[in-house]
Amino acid sequence: MSTSTASMKPKFEIRSRTVAHSQSTKISVRNLIFYYGKNQALHDISLDLPEKMVTAFIGPSGCGKTTFLRTLNRMNDVIPGARVEGEVLIDNEDVYAPGADVVELRRKVGMVFQKSNPFPKSIFENVAYGLRINRLTSSKSELEARVEEALTNAALWTEVKDRLKSSALGLSGGQQQRLCIARALAIRPEVILMDEPASALDPIATSKIEELIFDLKKNYTIAIVTHNMQQAARVSDLTAFFLLGKLVEVNSTEKMFTAPDEKVTEDYITGRFG
Amino acid sequence: MEVHRHLDEELDELRDSVLRLGGEAEVALRHAMHSLTQRDTTAAGEVLEHDDAIDDLEVEVDRQCIDIFALRQPAARDLRFVMSVAKIAPLLERIADHACNIARAAIDLSVEPEPKANLRLEQMGEIALSMLKGALDAFTAGDANAAREIIGRDKEINDLYNHIFRELITRISKEPETATRDARLLLVAKHLERIGDYVTDICELTVYMAEAAVIKHRHGKP
Amino acid sequence: MTSLTALCTLVAVGTLAIILSYIAMRGISSLTFRFLVDTPKPVGEGGGIGNAIVGSAVLLLLSCIVGIPVGIATGVYLAEIGRDWFGNIVRFLIDTLTGVPSIVTGVFIYALIVLKMRHFSALAGGIALALIMIPIVARTTEEMIKLVPHSLREGAFALGAPQWRVTLGVVLPAAGSGIATGAMLAIARVSGETAPLLFTAFGSRFFPNGVTEPIASLTVQIYNYAISPYDEWHAQAWAATLVLMSLILSINLAVRFLTRKRF
Repeated sequence: MSTSTASMKPKFEIRSRTVAHSQSTKISVRNLIFYYGKNQALHDISLDLPEKMVTAFIGPSGCGKTTFLRTLNRMNDVIPGARVEGEVLIDNEDVYAPGADVVELRRKVGMVFQKSNPFPKSIFENVAYGLRINRLTSSKSELEARVEEALTNAALWTEVKDRLKSSALGLSGGQQQRLCIARALAIRPEVILMDEPASALDPIATSKIEELIFDLKKNYTIAIVTHNMQQAARVSDLTAFFLLGKLVEVNSTEKMFTAPDEKVTEDYITGRFG
Repeated sequence: MEVHRHLDEELDELRDSVLRLGGEAEVALRHAMHSLTQRDTTAAGEVLEHDDAIDDLEVEVDRQCIDIFALRQPAARDLRFVMSVAKIAPLLERIADHACNIARAAIDLSVEPEPKANLRLEQMGEIALSMLKGALDAFTAGDANAAREIIGRDKEINDLYNHIFRELITRISKEPETATRDARLLLVAKHLERIGDYVTDICELTVYMAEAAVIKHRHGKP
Repeated sequence: MTSLTALCTLVAVGTLAIILSYIAMRGISSLTFRFLVDTPKPVGEGGGIGNAIVGSAVLLLLSCIVGIPVGIATGVYLAEIGRDWFGNIVRFLIDTLTGVPSIVTGVFIYALIVLKMRHFSALAGGIALALIMIPIVARTTEEMIKLVPHSLREGAFALGAPQWRVTLGVVLPAAGSGIATGAMLAIARVSGETAPLLFTAFGSRFFPNGVTEPIASLTVQIYNYAISPYDEWHAQAWAATLVLMSLILSINLAVRFLTRKRF
C-alpha cells in the first residue's frame, strides 16, 4: 500500500458544523498520476472524499486542481494524449479499470462547469436531456415530474415554471448556472463535481449558489474547485491544498483556516505567496 | 516567496498598540506598588489619573481588531494573532484597574500606622511585575515555551497569597485595633493574586497564538 | 472611407438590381398561366415551361437527397474525427472537387452512369448535381461545427452521452442554422447549373415519367430557346429566366425563414 504523505483517512475530527453524517468514504483516490502527453500534471495523489460532505480543492493557478477534479468522472478521456495511472475508487470500484462503464460513471458523477453551458434548447429540454439519453423515465408525466424535481432542488423552479418552453439562453448568468446544476441533478447522481461554479457570477448570484451547495450536501457528495479561499471557507467541510500537481495538505476546513499543518499552506492561505 | 502585504503593516500597528497598552499596565503596577511601599500618595494619585488613558487605549485596540476581522478576513496564524490580541487587551486593562485599586489602598494606608513585621507584599508585587514583563516579552516573540514557564510561576504568587492571608488573619484576630489597616493589606494581596491570574491567561493566549494549542482551564497543567 | 465603401456597395447592389429588373422587364410579357403549365410546342403554337419547372424540381430534389446527407456527413467527419493525416487528405480532395468545372462533372457522370444505363436520365442529372453540392455542404458544415463551443460538448459528455449522441443531438442542432445556410448556398448554386445537365438529364418535351427517363429542366430549356433563331422562343427564354430567378429567390427566402434563430 502507498505511504504517500497526504493523509488517506482524515485523522482529524470534522466538527459537527454539518449535521450528523457517517464518515464513510465515497471516493477514494490512490496514487493518481496524470500525464498530458509527456507533461506530468498530477504527481501521486491520494485522497479520500467523505460521503455527503463538501470537499474544496484550492491552490494557485496551474496547480492541477481542475485536472484532478476531471479525473474523477473521466472527463479527461476526451483530451488526446491523456494518460492516467493509479486508481479512483467510487464505492470501492475503480473507474479506470479496463472495461469500466464510463456512461454509468457519468450518470453517478455529475459535473457543473465554470462557465455555464446550457444547450441552445428550451429550459425544459435542457433539464430533460440527461433523462432522455439515459432513458431514465418511461412516460411523459414522469419526465415532467423529474424535471420539476430537479429545478426545485436547484432553487430555480419558481423562477422558470411559467416559461419552461422558452430558450435557456434567455436566463441570466446566475440562473443559467442553476439550470446547469438542475440538468446535472435530473439524473440523480450521487456525486456532484463543481469547477469554480460561481467565478463568472456577481456576488448575489454567487451566494445563491453557495446556499444551494449547503442544501445539496444533505443528499450529495460534493467536490468543488475554487480559487476563492473565502468561498472554500464558507462552503466546504474538508479542504485540500494543491501545489504544482502535488497534494500538499488535506484537513478539515476549520483546521485549514485556523492552523494548517504545512507552512506553505499557511503562506498560500494568508496571501504570502509570490 | 514572502510577499509584503498591506495586512502586515496593520498587524504591526496592532502589535504596537497592544504592547503600548502592556507597557502602560506595567508602569501602573510598578508605580502603584511603589506608592504603597514608600507611602507616596503623589505617585498613587498619578496612577489614578492615568487610568483613563489606559481605558482609551484598550478601546483603540478593540477597534483595530474588529476592523482587521471585518476588512481583511485573516486566516491561520494571522487569525490566531488578532484573536489573541483581542482577548489580551481587556486582560491588560483589568491588570491596570487592579493597579489603580492598589494605588487607592496606598492612599488609604498612608494615614494608617506602618505594619511592623515584613509581610512580603513587596516580594509578591515584584513577582507579579516580573511575570507581567515576561508575559509581554513572550507574546512579542511568540515564544510559547517562555509563556509556559511564566504560567509555572503563578504557583509562587498563589502560595505567597495564602501565606499572607493566614498571616493577616492572625494579626487581625490578635490586634483588632489595626484591623482596618490589615484588611486593606489583605485586599492588596488579593489584587496582586488576581494580577497573577490575568498574566497566566495572557500566557495561555500566547501559547494558542504560537502553536494553536488551547491550554486554558487545565488547572495549572500546561 | 465610408463613401468609398458605400460606392462599392452601390455598384454591387445596383448591378444585381439592374439585372433583375431587366429580366423582369423582358420576361413579364410572355408570362402567362398557360406558359407555366404547358409543355413546349413547335414555334408559333405557344407552349410553355411547365415540364421544365417540374423537371428542375425533380432534379433539385434528387440532388438534395443524395448531396445534402453525404455532404453533412463528410463535414461531420472532417470536424469531429478527421484531424489526422487521412482527414487532411479528404479535406484536400473536397477542396479540389469544389474547383472542378461543372461540365467535367457532367461528362464524368455521362461516362459512369449514362453509358451504363444506355440512356439519359433524371437520376444521372440528380447525381451530377449532387457531386457539385457535396463539397460546398461539407466544408460549410465542417466550419460551422468547429464554431460550436467545446463547453457545449463537455456539458453533454458529463451527462453520460456517447460521442455519437453529442454530435447528433447537441453539436449538429447548435450548428444547424449555419449548416442550413451552407445547404442553401449549394442549392442556389446547382439551381443554375446547365452544363452538367446537358450530358446527363439531357432534356425532354414531356412531363417527367420516372427518374430513369431524360428530364427537362429550366436551365437547359432556357439554353435551348436562347440559341434558337426564333423571336418567340427568345421571349419564352426571358420569361423562363424570370421564373428561374424567382424560384431561386423564393428558395433563399424560405430557408432564411425556416432557420431563423429561435434559440
